[in-house]
Amino acid sequence: MLELIFFSLLNGVVTGLLLFMLASGLTLIFSMMGVLNFAHASFYMLGAYFAYTISIYLGFWVGLIVAPILVGLLGAVVERYGLRYVHRWGHVAELIFTFGLAFLIEEVVQFIWGKDTKAYHEPEILQFPLFTFFGQNFPAYKAFMLVISIGIFILLLLILTRSRVGLIIQAAIHKPNMTAMLGHNVPLVFMGVFGVGCALAGLAGVIAGPALGTFPGMAFVLGSIVFVIVVVGGLGSLTGAFVASLLIGLLQTFAIALDYSVNDLLQLFNISFDADSALRDLWTLSLPQIAPILPYLLLILILIFRPTGLFGNRET
Amino acid sequence: MSEISKTASPATARPLMKTLLPWIGFFILLLALPNIFSSNVGLYTMNLMGIFVIFALSYNMLLGQGGMLSFGHAVYFGLGGFMSVHFMNYIEDGDFTFPMYLIPIFGGLIGLVFGIIIGSFSTRRAGTVFAMISLGVGELMAASSLIFVAFFGGEEGVSGDRTTGPDLMGINFGQDIHIYYLIAGWVFVTVALMYLFSRTPAGRMANAVRDNAERAEFVGYSQRKVRFVSFCASGFFAGIAGGLFALNFEIVTEENLNALTSGTVLLMAYIGGVGFFIGPIVGAVIFTLLQSILSNYTDIWQLYVGILFVLTVMYVPQGLTGIFMMHTAAWRMRRVGSLILPYLRAGVPALAMLTGIAAFLETIHHMRSSVEGETAMSMMGVDFDSHSFVAWIVILALVVVGGYLTRSQLPQLKEAWEMANKPPAQREGAGS
Repeated sequence: MLELIFFSLLNGVVTGLLLFMLASGLTLIFSMMGVLNFAHASFYMLGAYFAYTISIYLGFWVGLIVAPILVGLLGAVVERYGLRYVHRWGHVAELIFTFGLAFLIEEVVQFIWGKDTKAYHEPEILQFPLFTFFGQNFPAYKAFMLVISIGIFILLLLILTRSRVGLIIQAAIHKPNMTAMLGHNVPLVFMGVFGVGCALAGLAGVIAGPALGTFPGMAFVLGSIVFVIVVVGGLGSLTGAFVASLLIGLLQTFAIALDYSVNDLLQLFNISFDADSALRDLWTLSLPQIAPILPYLLLILILIFRPTGLFGNRET
Repeated sequence: MSEISKTASPATARPLMKTLLPWIGFFILLLALPNIFSSNVGLYTMNLMGIFVIFALSYNMLLGQGGMLSFGHAVYFGLGGFMSVHFMNYIEDGDFTFPMYLIPIFGGLIGLVFGIIIGSFSTRRAGTVFAMISLGVGELMAASSLIFVAFFGGEEGVSGDRTTGPDLMGINFGQDIHIYYLIAGWVFVTVALMYLFSRTPAGRMANAVRDNAERAEFVGYSQRKVRFVSFCASGFFAGIAGGLFALNFEIVTEENLNALTSGTVLLMAYIGGVGFFIGPIVGAVIFTLLQSILSNYTDIWQLYVGILFVLTVMYVPQGLTGIFMMHTAAWRMRRVGSLILPYLRAGVPALAMLTGIAAFLETIHHMRSSVEGETAMSMMGVDFDSHSFVAWIVILALVVVGGYLTRSQLPQLKEAWEMANKPPAQREGAGS
């Protein structure tokens, strides 16, 4: 039991921090422009594919640096020539634009790289078990993911709270007009934040590609989960995104690890049920089964009962 | 204000015959279509079209008329389909007797019930919150459909048999043509009902809440209730579309209520144009044509649909119907004729450019996906070698020359457009 909890905890933290890399960019972009970027996870996917292609020719480590930069530049272009243009049609059009972009990027990825899963692997230098605990291995690559994610988190926190750029960004989030009056180029800040957010998503893709697989559906798998995190954590709140990422990461890993079902609960109270009834699926529900729907349940509950999210201070 | 009075006064003053004329035309069109396109593929496509027309129109009750952007509309479509297919099976088992052609009613009812349940908490806000809740509900339902196997049938879905019900005048819907007329009948009735709904005070208030919720509240309408009514009606019609889907295909799977179907309906409605009642109909027809015809010719049709969608969102947010409607001012002044030549001058090179781009994509796709050593490919009836130098020169020439000529023709097009739309006395901003 202890080993189960230990490894679930560790895996949950790795997943959670990975999700945070996506969610941090998304929540910053949202709080600035008021647009929930549907294509955010698509940039994550592009990061993985770029890194895969680069790793064939130049190796993993070059990809780790270059791919996120490329994705960030692409994101900046999308903001400058796409989103800013669509802005004139209103918020709903912007949301639909990012949705269409997500659809288009998936098709483009299938067009360029094909529909099959790519053989994008972790570098050989990281292919060893870091430690063995109760007979279970913990791969070094996961530790590497952990280190990178924590490093990014600290870096982001320092930039946003300690640097001048961070100050301007924070000002632009809360009072964009006032910041522009003071002589700062707010559209440029928007473009920069969008680009950096996309680059972070790309970096998440680079390091998640080998662990979770590089295939055209990878954006779809993570995309809606990241939304859940941003909404649950509170739109625009970086702390909220961090807590919610860890929460969702742990929730998912523990729900899969702990194999309890409604049946067990009922047997605890000595209740039996009819095995042929139409509701039989309800009585045999188990935690791993409902693991994929837990985040969405949480999302709906949060939106109904606390629309500001856990740490947010404003409604959307 | 002036615009409302402008559009409202001719509508009330219009003679009854003129109001009914489009509907009579629609009726005759529905009757005549299977005689024109009588092949199996034609019937299949038209059946699908009819289902999607209802589905897209029901979606537009949310997005276009109510200002609610939903990412989970397939939930009601799928649930309607599952409910209907279960009732088809009850009829087959003899549990109760019910005419098969009315089965979509059950689909509509479950759509309505879920519309009431989900609408009761999701319509509190429009905008991003509504979109997020609809996304969450959509994902929840899609994931649940794989868990509750008894109702959703797991991954293989639930199948039924539409021919087992009591006959209607000797027709048991065994043939495609029968199901076509069944769907056509449902399409006519539901389209008329949805049109009438948009004319009721509830439908009008939905427009008001979409445009300015705060003002609507001051007039004394609860924005939440107005949205709720639209939401429930939309769920009902989506359920009917799902029921027709079940009747037509005799199988309903998890795919019918997942995010992909929700995205498809958004695509259809938006490409067609959400600002017009007829927009989603146009969108559904075009999308189905693309899906069933274009997919015969190319593997990458979804890429084209994606490009079309993004371009629509960016440059023509009124949708394809909007482009046509832009010409009403010129049409009324009988000046459309003067636009034909400029359109041809800009359109022909633009078409050449688009052909070049499509050829470029197709050739690359062919080079990457075909069997090793196979270089011969054909596009639009032209056979060529995808690795040959000449083919690439032609493609490049099409794109560059076409693009350059299109660009050079744009100023005269703009001028002709302004000439055609310049009103004799006062300016009307129809072409902006």
